[in-house]
Amino acid sequence: MAETLLVVLFLAPAFAAGVSRLLHRARVAEYATVIASFASLGASIALLFALRHGPIQYWRGYIIGDDLGAWVMLCVTLVYALSSIHAVGYMRLLQEEERLPQFYALFSGFALTMLAACVMNNVGVYWIAIELTTLISTFLVGFEREAESTEAAWKYIIVVSAGISLALLGTVLYYWGGTFVLGPTYKMTWSALQTAAPHVASPLLLLSFLLVLVGYGTKAGLVPMHTWLPDAHSESPAPVSAMLSGALLNTAMLGIVRFLGIMNATAIRSLSHAAVIGFGILSFVISVLFISRQTGVKRLMAYSSVEHIGVQALGFGFGGVLGTAGALYHMLNHSLNKSLMFFGAGNAMRRYETKEMGGIRQVLTAFPVTGCLWLAGAVAIAGAPPFALFLSEFTILRAGLAGRYRWVVFVFAVFLIVVFVSFLSHFRRMYFGRPAEGEVKRQPYGVWRAVPMWLAFVPLLILGLWWPEGLWHEFSKIAIQLGMSLR
Amino acid sequence: MFLAHLTPVESSIFSLLAVVSLLLAFVMLGSHWLENYVYAFAVESWLIAILSAAVGYFGHYPELYEIAILTALFRGLVLPYLLMHIVRRLNVKREIHAVIQRASGLVIGSLLVIFAFVLATHVSRDVAAAGNIAILALTVMLSMKLIGFFMLAARDEAVSQILALLVLENGIFLGSQILIPGMPILIEIVLLFDLLIVVACFVVLVRYLVVHAGTTSSRQLKRLVG
Repeated sequence: MAETLLVVLFLAPAFAAGVSRLLHRARVAEYATVIASFASLGASIALLFALRHGPIQYWRGYIIGDDLGAWVMLCVTLVYALSSIHAVGYMRLLQEEERLPQFYALFSGFALTMLAACVMNNVGVYWIAIELTTLISTFLVGFEREAESTEAAWKYIIVVSAGISLALLGTVLYYWGGTFVLGPTYKMTWSALQTAAPHVASPLLLLSFLLVLVGYGTKAGLVPMHTWLPDAHSESPAPVSAMLSGALLNTAMLGIVRFLGIMNATAIRSLSHAAVIGFGILSFVISVLFISRQTGVKRLMAYSSVEHIGVQALGFGFGGVLGTAGALYHMLNHSLNKSLMFFGAGNAMRRYETKEMGGIRQVLTAFPVTGCLWLAGAVAIAGAPPFALFLSEFTILRAGLAGRYRWVVFVFAVFLIVVFVSFLSHFRRMYFGRPAEGEVKRQPYGVWRAVPMWLAFVPLLILGLWWPEGLWHEFSKIAIQLGMSLR
Repeated sequence: MFLAHLTPVESSIFSLLAVVSLLLAFVMLGSHWLENYVYAFAVESWLIAILSAAVGYFGHYPELYEIAILTALFRGLVLPYLLMHIVRRLNVKREIHAVIQRASGLVIGSLLVIFAFVLATHVSRDVAAAGNIAILALTVMLSMKLIGFFMLAARDEAVSQILALLVLENGIFLGSQILIPGMPILIEIVLLFDLLIVVACFVVLVRYLVVHAGTTSSRQLKRLVG
């Protein structure tokens, strides 16, 4: 059962990429991508149920299907499905009809590499999958071929490749540490490292962990390695921004969490959790400061991604069942909410033909319905009830209060207020500020660009009112598998 | 363990190759001519290929011969050829703006090596089986990493930045040959191909940069800030 689902999960985007590339018809590529993305979304939901009886391995142990990977795959396919609908409406506006098939081929290829990263059992192959996501998404970031997007693509590939090479060094050192326990040649799987890690000398283990944390942290956008993120996320087309922010950051976070799981069984467990918490709170505080002084609409969303990755890092760092569950829930909620925000930002950017928030005024007059959705999304992403991000952030706060790092929780709470005020004050100006000149006319946008906003908003509201019991079981299972609940 | 029973001849061969590779990283630090960087990188890759072959021969890891051939072919010939092609096409011969003078660059480089040495001794202190050669390999690996990051920070030209990235990876290659010769072959082969793809990407991007941003110096990339 699970095997078939995995095959569907991977064949669907591969098929869409192939069709888009080979047939070279823009309309065919659009529909193929939408259908494939929903097929893989369905498969990833079913996979969560199929994995009830524990993790399974395929292909001589290179592929692993476990709950954590399946959860991240759900987030990835969700964003892939939403953004492929939005892309149909959005990309037609760019007047690049000729290059659309190429875009969709890259788009599905990008989704494919991210999904691949989630099921890799070999630590080295996981690294390769993450590197491949960088290679493919570079071309998506630079797709518009303007000076700004080229600059963003260049910074992206240089900063991320340099950062990720640190993760490779860390991986090599982990393997070296393992050779003293498991012999000179062994299969470098996550579970092998978990077996070996408690017997490795602490200084070596700590250096290895810090290297992979900084390496994958670069890809996940943790401060101070985040410098590529605001540029790449703001200069790529809106559906790609949503994929980068809602899906890619999670796949990099997955690596950090798996390594943290390895460290949970060792003597320096609390030190590694402290390192993750340190990066988390730093990302949170710095990004909030940038949010309050932001002028570009998509850069605002990009810094908000840094903020929420910081929140996830805090959740995993606090650990325990509560912290892990909060962080995993936050991962899904952030994927939904950030897709909604980027779709709205993309639509507004096209309507007002500016990237600056100063040029966007009277949004409700221009888009009465989707304008409301975007505003509700802004309230949600600032962490207000009754939306899902409030629940997950609150759970993470509770986890923090139960642990040793109470002062972090207080800093976190204070800056949550700051982010609420500054985020909504940007939106107040965009919605109710006086336009510089002329009247803003109503301009409805097509169904392709409105539907994904609804599809993101409705679950966001439902998940905020009701945390399904099944998900809670799922999260506690993952926390136990990672060894997070040990004290 | 392979490292535990090395004869003095073997360990001196390994040490020599590792140290000369490190010196070549200093050649890159001490020059501002892009062609010199490419040559230094090519020679460094050849030395790493020889090292792979030597480790394969003395440690009885036959698959390392294939890795040696692939390293020499890709990193020793194809990558330098592509980079030379870019250098000639772009018509940039040297770094124009020196953020840090060459002499100070060399001094900073040697400080980084000392730091790497301290780190390597500290890390391998509690590892029973680690001998001098392991400390040396760790030192070279970490210092090439640090020097690569220093080059990334202090150089502006696109080609220098690509080379700095390649130096980062060369450090890992060199260290892993000595420390973990038994690492599954799959990874190392894919690494070589991965690098090739990276350079293909860079070739395209550098072309973009010339057309759209009008320069290949990252000094001019100032549109996106804040």
